[in-house]
Amino acid sequence: MEERKAIVEIKNVNKIFGENHVVHDLDLTIYKGEFLTMLGPSGCGKTTILRMIGGFEEPTGGQILVEGERVEDKEPFERNVNTVFQSYALFPHMNIWNNVAYGLKMKKVKKEEISRQVAEMLQLVRLNGFEKRYPSQLSGGQKQRVAIARALINRPKVLLLDEPLGALDLKLRKEMQLELKNLQKKLGITFVYVTHDQEEALTMSDRIAVMNQGYLDQLDTPERVYEKPATKFVADFIGESNIFEATISHMTGDTASIGLEVGNALCLLEKGVSYSLSEMVYACVRPEKVLFSAGEAEGFNIKGVVKEQIYVGNIIKSNIIIANGQMVILSRLDIDEVPKVGEAVNIYWNPDDVVLMKSRGYQIHHVIENASLGGD
Amino acid sequence: MKRSYRARNKTIPLLTTVSPVAIWLILLVAAPLLYVLFLSFLSTDGYNVVFLFTLDNYKNLFNPTYLEIYANSFLIAFFTTAICILVGYPFAYHMARAGKRKKTVMMVMLMVPFWTNSLIRLNGWKTLLGKTGFVNTFLQNLGIIREPVEILYTRGAVLLGMVYILIPYMILPLFASIDKLDHSFLEASNDLGANKVKTFLHVTLPLTFAGIFSGSIMIFIPSLGYFFVSDIMGGGKSQLIGNLIETQFKAGNNWPFGASLSMMLIFLILIMVTVYKKSGGDMEDLGVM
Ligand SMILES: Nc1ncnc2c1ncn2[C@@H]1O[C@H](COP(=O)(O)OP(=O)(O)O)[C@@H](O)[C@H]1O
Ligand SMILES: [Mg+2]
Repeated sequence: MEERKAIVEIKNVNKIFGENHVVHDLDLTIYKGEFLTMLGPSGCGKTTILRMIGGFEEPTGGQILVEGERVEDKEPFERNVNTVFQSYALFPHMNIWNNVAYGLKMKKVKKEEISRQVAEMLQLVRLNGFEKRYPSQLSGGQKQRVAIARALINRPKVLLLDEPLGALDLKLRKEMQLELKNLQKKLGITFVYVTHDQEEALTMSDRIAVMNQGYLDQLDTPERVYEKPATKFVADFIGESNIFEATISHMTGDTASIGLEVGNALCLLEKGVSYSLSEMVYACVRPEKVLFSAGEAEGFNIKGVVKEQIYVGNIIKSNIIIANGQMVILSRLDIDEVPKVGEAVNIYWNPDDVVLMKSRGYQIHHVIENASLGGD
Repeated sequence: MKRSYRARNKTIPLLTTVSPVAIWLILLVAAPLLYVLFLSFLSTDGYNVVFLFTLDNYKNLFNPTYLEIYANSFLIAFFTTAICILVGYPFAYHMARAGKRKKTVMMVMLMVPFWTNSLIRLNGWKTLLGKTGFVNTFLQNLGIIREPVEILYTRGAVLLGMVYILIPYMILPLFASIDKLDHSFLEASNDLGANKVKTFLHVTLPLTFAGIFSGSIMIFIPSLGYFFVSDIMGGGKSQLIGNLIETQFKAGNNWPFGASLSMMLIFLILIMVTVYKKSGGDMEDLGVM
């Protein structure tokens, strides 16, 4: 992990469509051989970033380097990068063989060599025997695999995939997730993968870049993104979270007592981050980390009533309403002890299970941006 | 989607939905066609149609005296179609790729002349191209030519008139097929190593072939028949199949032969459509079905 070599470097890139500022000051280094996922809700700029790397969109400002070379002025095919398009974009007038061979034909590779490589690629995606078929005669999953073979035959250093599984049904999507991940490991090619599906991102990626309205909110491993979300948005978007607005009322050593609207709670302060008294923060606790008891726990006094319970597979989710009307979710396996519906409980948690996030800071430039746009 | 839509259509009671369309089709399409077909098997006594079955009208089609007219006519039709493709494709491409406002402006530019009577528009060309017309005067004033040159009443003028009258029929289907073309095909081609020219040849052109073909049918056949273009622009000097048909129905007083000539043109359309279908074309892409 120490000797990681950068393959794509995005330096201070901005993209503006008309009055729509779509990508803000993006700095992102993608390393050789990694599976990097860009995750975010629809419209947050993922496709735009991918298209700038692929060469279909020009950055309004900033630089993009592939293998250390600036590529803004290069045609898509002059970059060592290939794209698997969201809609697959298989050529409908060509059969599968010709679709896969297209890149090599354009490069004037010898006929026998093309035949050999196409066969190899179709083997790789398990589609040998489909050479003569046309795209319209394939299922979604098969089209998907042709699109990947058609891109990979060009031996790109980086493969860009834009929601490649978006059109598939759930079961097939799960299968293809595994298949893609295995393919990436086997070939050692860098994958830059775009999705709005957080589960997909968590299962497949080496690192996840979480995008929020054109800003990169967090770039980290799936575990870190889940365990230590950097912003309220990330905490909200990835997995389920209970997020409380709070102010810091005491700090003793690395533990702080925070005041919520409805009571007090304890939490661990993150190392290397400085906090001040009365500072506004968000405290984020995952549903499986929420604890309950009949009496008050030391340092906590948050009271609530269990409103309802939902069974999801072998997990029971209890929705607990606290004094300010906020719903707190508590989830347990069905073999664990759970509170009863209608029961009054005290809520608490292990202080190091909380993630504290500064409530201003990241959010602030969204506010400034909006204000200055409005002023124009 | 399409299939289920069609299947559902069939289950709707025939009388409620099909009959108005059917009546319209029978009255405006089938009846006149059948009448012409019927007419083409009848005889004539030199003035009037005689109810006597004959195949002479069809044999007469191969009369050597008409071969020159056919040849001339096909030549004009071929070049009209070719020029319409060459001029129409860039225009349609540009229109399909233009922004919304520009698209509308181009569409209006295309359609406004369309709504004016074509005879008037052709006569407008006449005043431009005649011996004392604008073009000759202009060239003379510039000193490029000393004597007015013959522009009007040439094959070139007929060709110009044909292209001018017919080109919207090429641009509209072309526009439809280019506009429909998913931009990601072009990007994929570009991504895989094809520059703009190669992408055009390998992707754009084959995928818009239906538009070219549809436009060609809509131009080739009428340009065999538009006798008034030859009359106005060619001064009646160059005879087209259309002129021949017109003559049969008017001065020649030979309706049955005129009818067989018309059937020949209809037969040509059928051949062209069949060839298109055999070569793998989709009828829906033609926008006629
Ligand atoms: N070619 C374009 N012209 C204008 N606006 C665009 C264009 N492409 C994308 N946008 C806008 O940029 C924003 C981000 O789009 P996109 O990158 O497609 O988001 P995502 O892929 O995350 O859903 C959207 O608001 C979209 O409307
Ligand atoms: Mg997208």
